[in-house]
Amino acid sequence: MSAVEVKTRRRVVGSDLTRHDAVEKVQGRTAYAADFSLPGMLHARLKRSDYAHARLARVDTSAAEAIDGVVSVYTAADVPRNTVWVDVPGQTLEVGALKARSNVLADEVVRYHGEPIALVAAETEDAALAAVDAIAIDYEPLAVVDDAERALDPDAPRIHETGNMLAHWELEEGDVEAGLDAAEAMVESEYRTQFVDHAYLEPEAGVSWRDTDGVITIRAATQVVEHFRDVAKILDLPDNRVRLITPYVGGGFGGKEDMTVEPYLGIVVALTGRPVRMVWSRQESLMARQNRHAVRMRYRTGADAGGRLVAMDVDILSDGGAYALLSALVLLYSTTCAAGPYRCPNVRIRARTVYTNHTPCSAMRGFGGMQVALGYEGQMDLLAAELGIDPLELRRLNFVERGDTLPIGQPLETTVELPALVDAVTDRLGPLPEPSGRRRAVGRGFACNLQPYGRCVWLNDWSSAWIGFELDGTLVIRIAVPDIGGGQASSLIQIASETLGVPPERIAIHIGDSALNPLTGTTTATRQLYMSGNAVLEAARRLRERLAGVAAELLEVEPERIEFAAEGVRERDGSRSLDFKALLAACASVDVAWHVLATYRAPKGVPWQADETWRGRVFPDFTYGCHAADVEIDLDSGQARVLRYVAAHDVGQAINPQSVEGQIEGGVAMGLGYALSERLVFEEGQNLTGSFAQYLIPTAVEVPDITPVILESGEGKGPFNARGIGEPPIGPPAPAVAAAIHAATELRLTELPFTPERISAAIGAREEAADATS
Amino acid sequence: MIVGFTLNGSPQRCEVPAHWTLLRMLRDAAGRTDAKHGCGEGVCGACAVFVDGVAVNSCSVLAPQVEGAAVETVAGLGADGELHPLQTEMVARGGVQCGFCTPGMVISAVEAVRIGAAGSEEEIRHSLAGNLCRCTGYGKIVGAVAAYRDGEPE
Repeated sequence: MSAVEVKTRRRVVGSDLTRHDAVEKVQGRTAYAADFSLPGMLHARLKRSDYAHARLARVDTSAAEAIDGVVSVYTAADVPRNTVWVDVPGQTLEVGALKARSNVLADEVVRYHGEPIALVAAETEDAALAAVDAIAIDYEPLAVVDDAERALDPDAPRIHETGNMLAHWELEEGDVEAGLDAAEAMVESEYRTQFVDHAYLEPEAGVSWRDTDGVITIRAATQVVEHFRDVAKILDLPDNRVRLITPYVGGGFGGKEDMTVEPYLGIVVALTGRPVRMVWSRQESLMARQNRHAVRMRYRTGADAGGRLVAMDVDILSDGGAYALLSALVLLYSTTCAAGPYRCPNVRIRARTVYTNHTPCSAMRGFGGMQVALGYEGQMDLLAAELGIDPLELRRLNFVERGDTLPIGQPLETTVELPALVDAVTDRLGPLPEPSGRRRAVGRGFACNLQPYGRCVWLNDWSSAWIGFELDGTLVIRIAVPDIGGGQASSLIQIASETLGVPPERIAIHIGDSALNPLTGTTTATRQLYMSGNAVLEAARRLRERLAGVAAELLEVEPERIEFAAEGVRERDGSRSLDFKALLAACASVDVAWHVLATYRAPKGVPWQADETWRGRVFPDFTYGCHAADVEIDLDSGQARVLRYVAAHDVGQAINPQSVEGQIEGGVAMGLGYALSERLVFEEGQNLTGSFAQYLIPTAVEVPDITPVILESGEGKGPFNARGIGEPPIGPPAPAVAAAIHAATELRLTELPFTPERISAAIGAREEAADATS
Repeated sequence: MIVGFTLNGSPQRCEVPAHWTLLRMLRDAAGRTDAKHGCGEGVCGACAVFVDGVAVNSCSVLAPQVEGAAVETVAGLGADGELHPLQTEMVARGGVQCGFCTPGMVISAVEAVRIGAAGSEEEIRHSLAGNLCRCTGYGKIVGAVAAYRDGEPE
């Protein structure tokens, strides 16, 4: 534990600094994407497919165009470049190099319910809606593929000309069959996870206009300002003729990683020359935007008599929906994390993702690394029961450590504090609560996980940041980071303040603008604090060094003795000082600039090759966690109620502990929704869950008292040795709840979500079986 | 039609079609964007405002229904540019992340304390059950409401 307790005294980093954006938000002053309006703006709406798979025999827009106030109705033929090709970095076995293709507007064939077919621009929202209803479409229905297994049948209808296999990763380390044959205990199970929605409170929205020099400027809710390039390609414009601004975003979780409104806004502005606003309804957001992949996993896990893992065989099949988007990368995360944070000498992983006529699946918090936690943790619990070993003890016997290598060849370079995390959780749990009544049972479950932070190393990721002083001694940070609610901007203020002494309230940060701020990459992949934090730290350190040199000359002391404080610089343990204003004047007189542009570059790696022998590093580093849930089951209704929850993660160094707790608590709540209630329901490709009345995210009543535990090992690749924490907390809740349900009822549930219907059916089936044998 | 009401204490007259909701009138006619459109069907609570002192989902009230009423949004809560004490607690205790649910959450919480429906943590949670939040896990919001109720500034 000694590594965990070492802490360096800091001024601002590590404090619960009040987030500057919270003060604006709590008064309703923050102008989100849909809150912006422009003089003379049009209102845009999409006509979406009513069918999951159909040929478009006729799309007649004449009646829509005739409606008073309708300016234009566009179909695929009107879009300058309707087909979007996205290179998915890396390659996948069997499928080969992947170029993900999607259409801006459906052309000839629609492949999922809700796919955009036509784009309407009108003077009013009501006219736009009326026009959408007036578009006449003749569909010729095609056979729907609504099951991933079925998609692989040789006679299954082909959703794309290339076939239904979207991506395929496969690897084997050691000899799995020999390992399983020699195992003292072997457990085998199948696990199923469901489609879920990000369900952020802010639906997709934005405005767009032609700005100076005709640059098409889009102000939209997105996690990726670099989408300006994708819009430029669609409009057949040079990249530098499109600008993307992202205001504070009302939640992302991966759902605003792929483009949503951006292309449509750009098209209307490019073709009409007028400003436009597009806001998606909640129904559109739930029905037609990409989801989390539903996954079927089969695990066979073997251990020796002492409980050490000897072999693991994993087969993953995920439903990627109708278009590729980020499915291949999501599957790579599943492949990397499939064995969990455990050592195992013989591992085989086969992972496939296929096209179906479901809504396309793509990024969502946890990104393929979280679904497999249900599998690898379920296996540990099964093995523990088989061997008669305590489940936590079995985990302790098998945890990876620094210096180990994951089956894919990923080295683990930083400390793995899983034993300390288990201790931290068990220390805080207290006794198991008593059931609240007759026919109720209480159980406790644990789950551990690992989740990468930062993008794949062969993407050569980088982040830039600019920091400069103003003449009055205030500080400005310019960085195109999208802030999606996690405190992405305010944590950068803390890092700059720590390094340069300027108090947070005297620092302004300008974010999310692809034209005026240095690009810093996507707010995805738990990379933003890690990447842009390192960029800001680098810029601040260089600025400090430069100004310290000037100050040292003026004060006639060694540069190493210059300290940075709130008002300026001073001599350490001495009396000489200089306020920032005077220091900047001195800098001007000797031609030293008081601003710095710095770039942080992530570790590099050798790209994946389509070769089964490829092994290597995929990610910069990982964040580890251990969670515990106390769950009460109503044996009559099947209702599961989470009574208590403890979640511990090693974050290296918390830049803002309150924000870290917020990520952990929010991730757990989302994970509990995944475990217990959330499910997008499709019937032959038709999405039946188009409202918050049907798609049930947890309310304050369902979410229990969550105890977040922050462990600071002092090791991580981020600024001040921080690790990322955005995604990691989403992994353990489902397996922890599964284990708690088993502890309470002895039922092994393996299909998410664990709804009252499923739990009561399982209880009923068992009681019937018991009656039959008695 | 013309709807006359007071908005955060100031008289307001909006010309709107009769089928518009209060939310739409506030956002698109009165220029007040602090009530948020999260679902449009009365489930998420992001659009909550006070109508004659009672918290309602403004997406589920027709604009003409507030004729002559006093409408108050989250922006009207603080006095003289100061934050309302609940707003102060929400900021200090980390109850605000993306902030999109916050305006409605604040309205519901203020009402819960006012009508005595925030006596225990469980009561607070039930009082906020009509306001969805996807970022915080609710715990820090519940803590802020309890602190406001008890008058313990952070």
